[in-house]
Amino acid sequence: MAVAQTNVAVPAPTLTRMRVAQILLAAAVLLAAARPVLPEFLIRVPEWAVLPYNVWMQALFDFIKDDLGLIHLTRGISAVLEVLLDITANLLYGKHRWPFFEPIPWTAIAAGAAVIGYWLGGWRLAAVAGGTFVWVALIGQWNLAMQTMSVIVVAAPVAFLLGLLLGIAAWKSSRFERFLAPILSILQTLPFFTYLLPAVIFFKVGPTAGCVATIVYAIPPMVLMTTLGLKKVSPEVVEAGNMAGSTRWQMLRHVYLPAARTEILVGVNQVIMLCLAMVVLTAFIGMPGLGAKLLSLMNSLKLGRSFEIGVTIVLIAVTLDRLSKAWVVKQPEHFERGTSWAARHKYLVGGIAAFAAFYVLAQFVQVADHITRKQELSMGSEIDDVIRAALANDTVTAVTGWLRWFLITWVLIPFRNALLWLPTPSVLLAIAAAGYAVGGRKSALTVLAFFGIVALTGWWDRSIITLYAVVCAVILAMLIGLPLGIAAARNPRWANPILLACDTMQTFPSFIYLIPAIMLFSVNDVAVVFAILIFATVPLTRYTIEGMRAVPEELIEAADMAGASRNQKLMKVQLPLALPTMAVGFNQAIMFAFFMVIIAAFIGTQDLGQELQRTLAGNDLGKNFVLGMCVSLMALTFNHIIMRWSNDRRKALGVG
Amino acid sequence: MTTQTPVISCANVWKLFGPHPKKYLANMPAGRSFDDIRKDGYIAGVRDVSVDINRGEMLVVMGLSGSGKSTLVRCFSRLHEITGGTIEVDGQDIMALNDRDLIELRRNKMGMVFQSFGLLPHRTVLENVAFPLEMRGQDRHDRRERALEVIKLVGLEGREEYFPRELSGGQQQRVGIARSLAIEPDIWFLDEPFSALDPLIRREMQDEFLRLQEMLGKTIVFITHDFDEALRLADRIAIMKDGAIEQCDTPDQIVLNPATPYVRKFTEDIEKSRVVHARVLATPMNGHIPDGTPIRAGATILQLARQLVNETREELPVANGNGELIGILNRQEALDVLLGEG
Repeated sequence: MAVAQTNVAVPAPTLTRMRVAQILLAAAVLLAAARPVLPEFLIRVPEWAVLPYNVWMQALFDFIKDDLGLIHLTRGISAVLEVLLDITANLLYGKHRWPFFEPIPWTAIAAGAAVIGYWLGGWRLAAVAGGTFVWVALIGQWNLAMQTMSVIVVAAPVAFLLGLLLGIAAWKSSRFERFLAPILSILQTLPFFTYLLPAVIFFKVGPTAGCVATIVYAIPPMVLMTTLGLKKVSPEVVEAGNMAGSTRWQMLRHVYLPAARTEILVGVNQVIMLCLAMVVLTAFIGMPGLGAKLLSLMNSLKLGRSFEIGVTIVLIAVTLDRLSKAWVVKQPEHFERGTSWAARHKYLVGGIAAFAAFYVLAQFVQVADHITRKQELSMGSEIDDVIRAALANDTVTAVTGWLRWFLITWVLIPFRNALLWLPTPSVLLAIAAAGYAVGGRKSALTVLAFFGIVALTGWWDRSIITLYAVVCAVILAMLIGLPLGIAAARNPRWANPILLACDTMQTFPSFIYLIPAIMLFSVNDVAVVFAILIFATVPLTRYTIEGMRAVPEELIEAADMAGASRNQKLMKVQLPLALPTMAVGFNQAIMFAFFMVIIAAFIGTQDLGQELQRTLAGNDLGKNFVLGMCVSLMALTFNHIIMRWSNDRRKALGVG
Repeated sequence: MTTQTPVISCANVWKLFGPHPKKYLANMPAGRSFDDIRKDGYIAGVRDVSVDINRGEMLVVMGLSGSGKSTLVRCFSRLHEITGGTIEVDGQDIMALNDRDLIELRRNKMGMVFQSFGLLPHRTVLENVAFPLEMRGQDRHDRRERALEVIKLVGLEGREEYFPRELSGGQQQRVGIARSLAIEPDIWFLDEPFSALDPLIRREMQDEFLRLQEMLGKTIVFITHDFDEALRLADRIAIMKDGAIEQCDTPDQIVLNPATPYVRKFTEDIEKSRVVHARVLATPMNGHIPDGTPIRAGATILQLARQLVNETREELPVANGNGELIGILNRQEALDVLLGEG
């Protein structure tokens, strides 16, 4: 990069990468400046040039669905899933389906969870796991929570199995891996609305569709973690297996899979968390449970009850996350020889005993079986009053009111209008310039193709509005997240608690972040930006801390010995080395933002998300898919540019 | 002794890493050096190696990291497929074996110990040791019996139920050794087994290893980058550089007569009197028998140092373990070795 600058004086013999990028950028600026005199077709893609992707997509889907008969296959799968879902629904909340049992008493489930918590992480996890279920029951949300759980307990194992199998296949065959990789990255950036509609069309409305969407959504990280884990198995362990004369199946079963245990369990953790995140969002296709309740409460601005449901979802998220993470680090422990079977399996025995004891108890004591409406301790309306009173407080309203006014009139609207004012080719050129700067011609063409497709869909303005919300929110998030991260990293006492907080917040289903946004700013653009902002600040802070902490101690000592001041050390040593890692956080923030901005559709945005949500009402699969692709392609553009830069930079610095 | 067929016999073995190694080797002009080959985009792991390993012999393969010693040993067990040449194990060309026969060979004839132990982290000591037995389908009771036996042999009694991470490095390697011995292999490969251990433990493990070897008398291929270790353990040492064997001989010959400048550099700092035995310096008697009590053929010059210095005779008779005279030791020559001038 420096070379390009010094070359300016000398007549440059060849075009360096930076030079080309500069020329492209200059052309972009020129086009923008010349906007008033540009012909119409250079400002926006003209109507006649817009490609009817949606029609094509619709035709393709119809072909797959009806002509290839996929619908029969999917209907078959959904019949199987439905049976499973009915069983869990019957057991957890007594839905009137086979095997026609009474629902399991809440005390028995709470006791079982507590024992599992104790086994995995001692008293603290026992309290977290047991406490969560006690809270859910006492607050009167047991049935809602169990409706949600009944889907998770089916979706998570299925997603785990499918992910594991695909992961093994990708590890065995590099051709399959190359085929799978782009599909996985599209799946990971596709807005969730785009999962929902195909699920509804192919798998019937209701829990089955929700379950399928959840499974598909949760598979990608499981595939990636499985492949990663299998690749990471130490070559010596593999050779030891070979020298023992293992057959290929024995190698997989006894050597590879057990040795990749940690990564596979990390995959399990992610599957569970993604399942929870998605299952809450399936409320949008009418799936009952916590998500649906939250959605309707938020729509009617019942903040107190929303808050309670939010707490429930957060508690469930924390419980599931902590338990599965504890399982990752749980190492087997040895028993002395001659230990009895019962002593070796004391947790299993204890768990079953506790479960059975409460089950029996519940047959005689009604409170132990289920909490009636009169017994529940919900304080929804009281909390509502408190929140309203707090928000009606003059200072609070003054601050939020001013913020809302300032952001809307001075930041959001001008920025949005500016982006919308830019001619399409100008934006494309600028994107290509960024691509060229980080990765040369290939990258430039890739990102140009991504954005070019978006331009040709005819949804340009909506896409730009989506982009504007994302960019605004991420910039604001950087203003908060980066200083916070740097400050935390410089003070070891703060680093760990803040990292823990970030970790915990990342496990919350994204839906949760809308609650405070709506509370503070009610329903408008500021609330959207605010929700994205908190969601995106988390990875920025986290990766900043991690990047700063990964700077080798020796380099800090070397800087100290060179007499660097605190600020010099930060600017000259820590930040440059942490930058590639921080870029990963920045990338994640943008991905989160794209995810969130779509969810925010239901509080009334005018972007792609809004259009997407509308498609859910009908069965316009083509349009739904095109809109989804627009979001996905924009996200992939950022992903490509940032990750390319980060990886190159890492290599150049020789870190990681 | 010399008439029996070698256990492992390899002739002109090549192992190249690169896009099309077989094709490249077939068209490669003779005499390409390691660097020439690298310029063509290939890495020569093993270059034209021919060596025989006899029954009950301990061959130590010595070389710096990247010299190809690990690659060579992995060719012996076909963990690596070789690019050219032949390798025979007990007269059987292992490159001709199909998958099932190869698995049978490994299940019954070969054991291997790894530098970083290569233990399965999710299995206890007992289960790790029993692993090869389990793979070949031995029943649970039998394999438990046998595993306990080898665990006792390597001195890990009482730790059967421990997991690898609960053991020290030295103990983990004992598990690795026990596992490799569980199937009673004829051929025992050890890939830098003690390199990951700290020096005191390493010494202890070497002694332990010599004890085991004395008891079991296996055919052994032992890899190390530590010349002292090689000298201490080896019947023969093969010194490797850039994939080729520079010299393969007894320790005495290697320190006395290094074949190449590279080997000489290795031997320079070695105290030769610790390595060279009286037997090697002895010259034939040709009917002439010097007077006095003979010295032991199996003693190193260092062990004889005091006697050599105090001795008045210029020529000393050398006798083997049975008391038979086998030659004459020239005192001056021996003193030269002692003083490092030999």
